[in-house]
Amino acid sequence: MSLLEIKDLHATVGEREILKGIDLTVNAGEVHAIMGPNGSGKSTLAQVLAGRELYIVTGGTVTYDGKDLLAMAPEDRAREGIFLAFQYPVEIPGVSNMYFLKAALNTIRKNRGLDELDAFDFLNLVKEKMKLMEMDQALLSRPVNTGFSGGEKKRNEIFQMAVLEPRLAILDETDSGLDIDALRTVAGGVNALRAPERSMIVVTHYQRLLNYIVPDFVHVLSEGRIVKSGGKELALELDESGYSGLGIEDEEETVTKV
Amino acid sequence: MTAVAEQIGQWVNEFTRQSPSAPWVEQLREAAFQRFVDLGFPTTHNEEWRFTSVAPVARATFRAAAADRLLHFAESVQELELKDIEAYLAHYAGFGQNPFVALNTAFLGQVTAFQVPRGVVVEQPIEITCEVPDDAEPVAVHPRTLILVGANAQCTIVETFKGQGRYLTNAVTEILVGEGAVVDHYKIQQESVSAFHFATMQAQVGRSANFSSHSISLGGALARNDAGVVLSEGAEATLNGLYIVNGTQHIDNHTVIDHAKPHGTSHELYKGILDGKAGAVFNGRIIVRKDAQKTDSKQTNKNLVLSDEAVINTKPELQILADDVRCTHGATIGQLDAESLFYLRSRGIGKEAARSLLTYAFAQDIVDRIKVQSLKDSLEGILFEKFHEHAH
Repeated sequence: MSLLEIKDLHATVGEREILKGIDLTVNAGEVHAIMGPNGSGKSTLAQVLAGRELYIVTGGTVTYDGKDLLAMAPEDRAREGIFLAFQYPVEIPGVSNMYFLKAALNTIRKNRGLDELDAFDFLNLVKEKMKLMEMDQALLSRPVNTGFSGGEKKRNEIFQMAVLEPRLAILDETDSGLDIDALRTVAGGVNALRAPERSMIVVTHYQRLLNYIVPDFVHVLSEGRIVKSGGKELALELDESGYSGLGIEDEEETVTKV
Repeated sequence: MTAVAEQIGQWVNEFTRQSPSAPWVEQLREAAFQRFVDLGFPTTHNEEWRFTSVAPVARATFRAAAADRLLHFAESVQELELKDIEAYLAHYAGFGQNPFVALNTAFLGQVTAFQVPRGVVVEQPIEITCEVPDDAEPVAVHPRTLILVGANAQCTIVETFKGQGRYLTNAVTEILVGEGAVVDHYKIQQESVSAFHFATMQAQVGRSANFSSHSISLGGALARNDAGVVLSEGAEATLNGLYIVNGTQHIDNHTVIDHAKPHGTSHELYKGILDGKAGAVFNGRIIVRKDAQKTDSKQTNKNLVLSDEAVINTKPELQILADDVRCTHGATIGQLDAESLFYLRSRGIGKEAARSLLTYAFAQDIVDRIKVQSLKDSLEGILFEKFHEHAH
C-alpha cells in the first residue's frame, strides 16, 4: 500500500483556483521532487498536505497511510508523521526554540505510544541532531526563528525534522536563499534522514538541490497540474533546456526579461 | 435628594466617623473631602473617564475600614511616622482633579511611609502587601504610601493588592526619587474578580535619577490605574504595564509622563490581553514642557484581542511645547497570528495549546523586564496557569 495517494486534488485560495487536479502516489522510502516555475502551485500543494486552512480543498482525495488526510487537523497530521519544512519559517518571539521543540516532540511521541522524554534525554538528542546540522547550540535558548539568518532558519527546519523523525517529510523550497555551503549542510541533514520507511516530497524551483538530494522521481508542475513525470534525469533535462523546453512559461524569467 | 448627593451622602457618614488625628492631617482630610464633594464621582462625560464608568462604585455602599498591610523591608530602610512626613505627604499626588485621590486623602489614617537614606543601596525589596479579607459588608480601604528615596540611593518597591469578595481598594502611592537615585517600583494587582480597584502612583524623579514602574493588572471587576511621573533634568523613567482581562472585567490604565526639564528620557510599554466581554483602556499622555529640550520619549501600547466581544480603547496624547525633542508613539491591536498558529500546529502542538503558547509569548517581554526573580517566577506561574487552563 502506498503511504500517500493524491487523486484529482483541487484547491483554491480566495477566488483563485491554484491546484487543478493533482495526481501523485508516494510509496514508503521514495523521494519525489516536485519542480515547476513560480506560481505553478508547488508551495500550495505542500501547504495543503500540511493542513494550512488558508487553502480550501474543492475536490479530490488525499489518502495517507490509509486515512483521509484532508479530514485531519494540522496537529493530527504532524502526530501521524507528516512534517513540512517551511519555505518561510515563522518567527515566534517569546517562545523558546527548546520549549517549542520539546512540546512538539513529546506530543508526537505520546501519539506513537512512547514515553515523554525528560529534560536530560531531550537535551542529549537535541545536541546530537544539532551537530548533524552544524548548528550553534545557543540557538536553542533563543525564541523560535527570531533573529535567525535565512540560512539558520532553514537549518532549524531540517534540525526539527531530524528530531521529530517524520514518516513523510515535505520540503518546501528548502534551498531558496541558501549559499552553497549551507545548501550542502542542509542536504547532508536531509540525506542522513533517508530511510526505507521514510518518504520525502522535495519542492524546488531549481535543479541545484537535486544534485545533493537525489530523487527517485521528478514531477513537473505547471498551472496546478503535473504535466510531466520521470526519473532523476528529468531534472537534468530541465536544467539544460529550462521550463520553456517543456513549453512552460516561467513567471520569474518573464519578469526578468521585461 | 439628587442621585449625586445621595452617592456623596454615604461617604459623609463614613467621613465624620473617622478617629481624630494630628491637626495638619485633619486639615488635609477636610480639604480633600471638600474637593471630593465638589468633584463628585466622574461620569463618562469627563474626558479622563470617557471609557470607564464608575457608576457601580458610586451606587454601592461601603463601610470604611483600615487597610490591612503586611510589610517586609531591610534594616537599612527607615519606617517613618506621621509626624515625619508633613512636608511630603500629598505634595505629589494632588487631589485637585482626581476624586479618588481626594477620597483617599479624605480618609488618611495609617500611612505606610519609608525613607531610604542617601547613598544607601537596598538589595532586598520593600514589600507592601494590602489584603482585604472577605467581609459580610463591603468595605472600602484607602491605602496610602509614601516613599522617600535619598540622593544616590537604590531600592526596589513591590506593592501587591489582593483580597476576597466585593470591596473597594482606593490606593495612593507617592514616591520621591532623589538626585541620582535608582528606584524600581512594582505594582501587582491581583484583587478578587468582584472587587473595585483604583490606584494612583505619582513619582517625582530627581535630577539624573532613574525610575522604573511595572504595573501588572490581573484582577478586579473594575480597575483604574493612574500612573504619573515628573522628570527633572537628565532623569530617566521607564513605565511597563501588563493588563489581562477576561469575562466582564474592565481595566483602565492612564499614564502621564511629564518632562519638566531638559535631557529627560522616558520609555513606556504597555501590553494588554483581552478575552471574553472584557474591556480595557490605555491612555498615555506625554507632556514635554517648554524648558524640556532634548527630551527623548518613546511610548508603545500593544493589545492582543482574543475574542470578538472584547473592547479596547487606546489613546496616546502628546503635548509637546519644546522644539528640540524626539517623541515617538504607537499603538497596535491584533489577534493571534494565523501563520504562527499554523507553524506550531504543523509540529503537532494542539490548537488550544498553540493559542495558549502564543498568548503567553505576547506577555513575555513585560515579564522579562521584571528584575525581582521571585516576582518574575510567581508571575510566570500565574500566566502559565491562566493561559494553559484549556490546553490539556
